Amino acid sequence: MLTKFFDDLRHADIPVSITEYLMLLRALEKNIITIDLDNFYYLARSCLIKDEKHFDRFDLVFSNYIEGNELTIEKILESIPLEWLENPDVLQLSEEEKKLIESLGGLEKLLEEFRKRLEEQTKKHKGGNKWIGTAGRSPFGSKGFNPEGVKIGDHQNGQKTAVKVWDRRVYKNLDENIELGTRNIKVALRQLRRLARHGIKDQLDLDNTISSTAKNGGFLDLKLEAEKTNSIKILLFLDVGGSMDPYIRLTEQLFSAAKSEFKYLEYYYFHNFIYESLWKDNSMRMNSRVPTTEIINTFNSNYKVFFVGDATMSPYEIGSVGGSVEHWNEEAGFTWISRMLKNFPKAVWLNPQPIQYWNSIQSITMVKEIFSERMFPLTTDGLANAVNVLRR
Amino acid sequence: MSEKFTGSKKYVATEDLMIAVNAAVTLEKPLLIKGEPGTGKTMLAEEMARALGKPLIEWHIKSTTKAAQGLYEYDAVARLRDSQLGDEKVNDISNYIVKGKLWETFLSEEQPILLIDEIDKADVEFPNDLLRELDRMEFFVYETKKLIKANNKPIIIITSNNEKELPDAFLRRCFFHYIAFPDKETMIEIINVHFPKIKKKLINEALECFFELREIPGLKKKPTTSELLDWIKLLVAEDIPPEALREKDTQKAIPKLYGALLKNEQDMHLFERLVFLSRRNSAN
Repeated sequence: MLTKFFDDLRHADIPVSITEYLMLLRALEKNIITIDLDNFYYLARSCLIKDEKHFDRFDLVFSNYIEGNELTIEKILESIPLEWLENPDVLQLSEEEKKLIESLGGLEKLLEEFRKRLEEQTKKHKGGNKWIGTAGRSPFGSKGFNPEGVKIGDHQNGQKTAVKVWDRRVYKNLDENIELGTRNIKVALRQLRRLARHGIKDQLDLDNTISSTAKNGGFLDLKLEAEKTNSIKILLFLDVGGSMDPYIRLTEQLFSAAKSEFKYLEYYYFHNFIYESLWKDNSMRMNSRVPTTEIINTFNSNYKVFFVGDATMSPYEIGSVGGSVEHWNEEAGFTWISRMLKNFPKAVWLNPQPIQYWNSIQSITMVKEIFSERMFPLTTDGLANAVNVLRR
Repeated sequence: MSEKFTGSKKYVATEDLMIAVNAAVTLEKPLLIKGEPGTGKTMLAEEMARALGKPLIEWHIKSTTKAAQGLYEYDAVARLRDSQLGDEKVNDISNYIVKGKLWETFLSEEQPILLIDEIDKADVEFPNDLLRELDRMEFFVYETKKLIKANNKPIIIITSNNEKELPDAFLRRCFFHYIAFPDKETMIEIINVHFPKIKKKLINEALECFFELREIPGLKKKPTTSELLDWIKLLVAEDIPPEALREKDTQKAIPKLYGALLKNEQDMHLFERLVFLSRRNSAN
């Protein structure tokens, strides 16, 4: 049954591996905790979860799993080896993992050992340790894990309330699906770094110096090299005004993070969609516009391009001549965006709209299609995925 | 296992932290600690060393730190210089091998605690470069063709401030603990541990101020445990009466010495503005 728990975790998109699962089993075997459900929860979390952003999801899975099965810790532990022996194929071990198991004396032996250990343990516990609730009664009742129900005694500095830790879901706001602060954006963007040597040669190139000194018959021949800097080039196109107003803060954060992270960063604004001209300064948007063709001619295909916008508009603004809400456009937005994408093959669209609305807004599906599905939500996750696509 | 870590005289460990620590110690796996700055990540290693009576070796990571530096460095320049001067030392390459922190740890006579502090500061590849070394507790010195093995498998504590994602392969080998921000009860315990003689009333007033301050939306850096402790230290040193912290609706609504709690200018301005606004509202 613990394999089911492991399975549930994987279904909840928590990256747990068999290595960590084995680690948990070994930890149980070594009798690190006096076994009660709270301690088991902490131990399992420490073994299986490696990032606090997954804590909330872990809490949910744990809570569902316990509640759904009306389990006690005894039941969980007793059931592991049987389940394992019956269908070890469930585990789908990789070569590396198989080797690990071999080194521990083979799966069978490991399980046998573990089972023995568990039997001893249950006996010992029945003998004396204090369990959750009072002795003799099932601690969990029929719907035992009602969040308000279980009272835990005998704790020195643990929970003061009766609500279970995992049901409190204290880690809720650490889930990565929330919008991001600049720090997170920077970390995500940093993945785009390409280090290259540029500028004045002012650092000692040790390897080169040594080899050329050796060639020089042992007399010093100093070689210098330039410092490594980030040479990636970024173009940002930002949607402003109208329906973008609610997302201004988010866009600002992305912008400021990108600005501090990249040396070669150029940005332009647009409204709703790309047409024949863009602008760099919002207060001068009517007077100083830059023709889109000029942008296409200025920057080469090495630039990585982010379009940031909610892509929420009338379909005419994309598909039709004269469809723009602001002016008469001689050529459709679609034509312009195709030109840009042709020139900048490394381009993605970041959308601050929550992903669940995307399919219900026609213009979003259109833009997504134009970008061959390279549209990502403006969250840590989305940005990381976008960056991955751009790195390829 | 002979001894278990249960916190120390100066460190309050919560139940979940203790379990994580003891699991890591027993299974001889590294323990990765994350949490807001100032929640006692680094201190954990120090206090563990004290409580378990083991030597502590600290390796502080900077953005320029390379994994190889933890093992050893070959000082080629010194050898080059000596060769130019015709020094005898030059014939033995081991004279130019400088031992790193990990090597130092491996040499230790009794089981040491190794603190790898702020691992996220280093390059993205840094943790990957240490995988084998931390797994097998051995490494090879190519220059002298010697295998260095740990005398005693060290207990390894790794802290991270979350500035970079750590590679999966590395995470798989660690236990993980996230130090959550302490609730009020734990906080009182922590204060009592640090200031055993402090008046109850002062703690309550100070904590109230502190948690209120943490709740102000838009603060760039929320004050944490270490700032609270500093602040209380100041309050005690200046002998400020608890009543002084309460003067919320008078002219002196800004808590005394709050510079210890707020560390940057924008936060200070934001806070002063809020105080000013609330004062004006209460005047009306």
